[in-house]
Parts: sequence; structure tokens; C-alpha cells
Amino acid sequence: MGTGTPLIQIRGLSKVFSTESGDVNVLEDIDLDIKEGEIFGIIGMSGAGKSTLVRCLNFLEKPTKGTVYFDNQDLSALSQKELYKVRQSMGMIFQQFNLLMQRNVLKNVCFPLEIAGVRKNEAETRALELLEMVDLSDKARAYPSQLSGGQKQRVAIARALANNPKVILCDEATSALDPATTKGILALLKDINKRLGITIVIITHEMSVVEEICQRVAIIDSRHIAEVGYVQEIFTRPTTEAARRLVFPEGERVDHFTSSRCCRIVFDGSSSFEPVIANMVLEFRQTVNIIFADTRNIDGRAFGQIIIQLPDDKLTGEKMMAYLRSRGLTVEEVNDFV
Amino acid sequence: MFDPATLEMIGKGFLESLYMTLVSSALAYLIGLPLGIVLVVTDKDGLKPAPGVNSVLGVIINLLRSMPFLILCITVIPLTRLITGTSLGPTATIVPLVIGAAPFIARMVESSLKEVDKGVVEAAQSMGASPFEIIWKVLLPEARPSLILGAAISVTTILGYSAMTGFVGGGGLGDIAIRYGYYRYQTGIMLVTVALLVIIVQVLQEIGIRLARLGDKRK
Ligand SMILES: Nc1ncnc2c1ncn2[C@@H]1O[C@H](COP(=O)(O)OP(=O)(O)O)[C@@H](O)[C@H]1O
Ligand SMILES: [Mg+2]
Repeated sequence: MGTGTPLIQIRGLSKVFSTESGDVNVLEDIDLDIKEGEIFGIIGMSGAGKSTLVRCLNFLEKPTKGTVYFDNQDLSALSQKELYKVRQSMGMIFQQFNLLMQRNVLKNVCFPLEIAGVRKNEAETRALELLEMVDLSDKARAYPSQLSGGQKQRVAIARALANNPKVILCDEATSALDPATTKGILALLKDINKRLGITIVIITHEMSVVEEICQRVAIIDSRHIAEVGYVQEIFTRPTTEAARRLVFPEGERVDHFTSSRCCRIVFDGSSSFEPVIANMVLEFRQTVNIIFADTRNIDGRAFGQIIIQLPDDKLTGEKMMAYLRSRGLTVEEVNDFV
Repeated sequence: MFDPATLEMIGKGFLESLYMTLVSSALAYLIGLPLGIVLVVTDKDGLKPAPGVNSVLGVIINLLRSMPFLILCITVIPLTRLITGTSLGPTATIVPLVIGAAPFIARMVESSLKEVDKGVVEAAQSMGASPFEIIWKVLLPEARPSLILGAAISVTTILGYSAMTGFVGGGGLGDIAIRYGYYRYQTGIMLVTVALLVIIVQVLQEIGIRLARLGDKRK
């Protein structure tokens, strides 16, 4: 990760669609850097403009304003021919897989190679290698209609890898798949990122996908990037309303408890999931009320937060907070959960 | 039932009908297929949107399609004479048949190509395919089963038109049916020629359906 300039730089990008019912501002003044070798997530609610943004990355959609630099080239300065060429080093996979239904699996993987002008024999050899990598060698002669969703996405991944791209753009690549298949596909993408060093951009509306695979994430909300940062940080300390909505979809306000003193315990990944609250209760021989909990286990480390109601005795409350701090946790007193 | 001369005439009519239909179909496709592609490509969400070209072409096609075929036959007689030297007989009939069928074929091709999943086109674009490559390697192959079915419908429609040209001395089975069946009340000859027309339609239709199914990998 990190060879100086980012692989993808989005600069002042805006997109307006002109429709019969007037102009629609979909993206406004987006700035974003995606570094070489990272797995970068872009998350937002449905209709937030994620697909539009990812389509701007390879200029399938031309930005109305601003531009995208890919590998130090200003895409808006390229001729149509040069753009076709650059797209060959950007793979893309989709929610609906988008395989050619009248071509078998092998020929589907050969397709981008044909476009790149690779000779037929060479293309087939390369395609077979790729099918091996995605564990589908035995399906080379099958047609897409004979494959499961997960298998189709593997073919699409093999196809996206054919021309040795620098980046793979994934637009809701797992949204049509069941949880188990999703895990498999994400593991494959992770593996590709690790082994081949290919940068991966993950577009999704699902927090679980970001959590599973991304290192950094941008939250896109009402036409803007609301927040960008490392996944762990955004998960523990979402600073914007949009981020909070995504991280705590249930809503973290529990208003009828606000009369008593409460404290928020933040798990920022530095501690493991030891039963810290249970130990505290044993130590103080005092019960506490857990009024909100949203924690996740990422790579065996604890992320998230728990809000507990402290005992009425002020001194015990202080001692409990000190106890939690001594366990390396961030603790803060809260009276209205904002 | 029929004397040898009648049989020979029907046989000749049969061959003439096939000749007119097949040659006209081939020529009409030569014009209609590219036109259909242009309609799709210049559509507002096509590969190269060109609203002007698209609507001008659309209007011309609709005009030709809404013109009753017999009127068209008569209107183009000068052109027919220019090209074939006559306005009678099977070869002369090919001219109005092509002009009448090409717009129809353009629309058939257009609707077949529009059935192709937009996502697949987008995927090809993301790989850096040019519009030409997308037409040649994505749209046409992916629409193949539908194009073949469309061709079966077009060819049988052209056969129907060719029979109609019997009214203006176009030759073929339709000509015989009109001259003998309609003008001279020889119902037997008319029934035989009509039966032959029905059989040709059935056979062509069946061939089309089988070819389409054979090449379709979606199932
Ligand atoms: N070609 C288009 N013309 C007009 N509006 C569009 C077009 N494409 C997308 N939009 C609008 O832009 C918004 C964002 O769409 P999209 O990028 O697909 O969102 P997401 O992928 O986050 O669900 C939506 O409101 C959608 O209706
Ligand atoms: Mg989308």
C-alpha cells in the first residue's frame, strides 16, 4: 500500500442527469483518494449515487464537473480510443453478473482478451488459468444459465482479471447472493487483493460487507461524501449523522433512560471480547443496566459500543468508570445519547 | 385430377414463389438489418445516441410500413422498370417486395436487439469494447435466437406479400390462385395453391423455431 500518489483520485466531481422532469443532481463536489493496493468501500443508502460514482471511475458516465485521475492520467483528457485502452486495466463486476448468455464460461473469460486483441490460443490458455484461480476449471464448457449465482460471480471475477487490471470495481457484487455465498466471494476478492496486489473498490449498501473486507470506507449521503476513514474508526466513532445511521441502523437513542446517569463504553479494537462488564459486576457486587449495545467482532477484536446505566450511588459510578478505563476502554459519561 | 399442363404450371408457380420469397428476403435483410442496428445504436440510450438520425429514420420506416402493399407495388413500378426492365413476373416483383419488407425487418431487428440485457452491454463497455465491437460481439450474438425467430416471421410475411402481387401479375402461386381461382372459378386449382402456400409457411416457421431453439444457450 502507498506508492506516493493514490491510484484513483476523484477531484471536484459532480454529476447532473438531465431528465424530462428537470435536472437531477446526483453527486456534488466529490473528492476522494483510493490508494494502490487497498480495499476501499463506498457505502450509502439505496439511491445515494453509489453506482453513478463507480461508473464515473471508468468514465462509463462522464462527470458533469470535475474529473478522475487513474494511475496519474486525467481520464477527462483522454480520447475515446485511449479511454477504451485505460478501461482494460480496470475490471468491473456487477450485482447481476452480466455474463454473455450465449457464450460458454471459457468464452466469457476470453471476451475481454478478444477486445484487447490477444490471440485466440493465448487467450484460452490465460482464461483456463483464471478459471483455475476462481476454482471453476470444471465448468469451462458450461453456459452461464447452468451456473449458480456464486459461480456466475466467480466467472465474472475471472473475466475482470483477464487483462491484469490495476483495480477491480465491484458494484453491489454480493447483493444478489445469499450470506454463505457472499462470504465466499468476499474471501476470493480478499485473496486476489492480497496475492495480486490489485486495488479493489467495493460499492455496497451493506455494512457487513464493508466490515468483512474493507480497510477504508467512504460514506456517501445526499450527494456528498459524509465521512471517509478507516473502517474501525468509523465504526467506533461515527462523527456524522449519515455514518451513525449506517453503523447503528436501529438508532442509538433510548430516551426514556436519560433520567439516570449513563456511560458509554467504546470498544476501539484494542481489547478483545473479554467479559469486561460481567467482571466489573462481580468486582463491585453491584448490577448495571445495559441499555444499548452494538458491538462487532472484527478479526477477533472488539469494536462498537455499550451504554450502561450506572448505579445511583455517585461514588460507585465513578469507581466503575475508573475500573473500565483501567481495562483500556474509552469511557465517557453521557446524559443524552448523542 | 389436374392435367399435366396444370401440374406443371403449379410446379412452376411454387418455384417462382420460393424464388421471389428467398431472394427478396435476402435483399431485404441486406437493407433491414443495418437499419435495425442503426435504430438501436442511435436510440436515446443507445451506444451512440443521435436523436435526429433516429427520428428521421423512424419516420421513413413508419411511412413505408403504413403504405398498403398493393399501392406500394404500383407506386414503385417506374423504379421496377428501371431496375428489371419490366413490371411483370417474379423478378420484377422482387423490387416492391424488398422495399416493402426492409422497413418491417428493420423493426424486427430493432426489437430483437433491444431485448439484449443492458447490463451485458455495460460490462462490455467497462472492458473497453468499442461500439462496433459491442454490436458485433455482444448485441448480434446475444440476440441470435430472437433474430432467427424474427427472420422466420419476416420470410413468411414476405411469402404472403408475394402471393398478394398476383393481383398485379407478379407470378408465383398467388398469381395462379387469382387467375384461376378468383377470375375463372377453378376452385380446385385455387385450393391446391393455397394449400401449398400454407405448407411453405408451416415449414419455414418450423425451421425457424428449431434453429432458434438449437442455438439458444439460455435454457
Ligand atoms: N441515467 C440517469 N438519469 C436520471 N437519473 C439517474 C440516472 N442514473 C441514476 N439516476 C438517479 O441518480 C440517483 C442515484 O442513482 P444510483 O447511482 O444508481 O444510486 P445507488 O447505486 O446508490 O443506489 C437515483 O436517484 C437515480 O434515480
Ligand atoms: Mg446501485
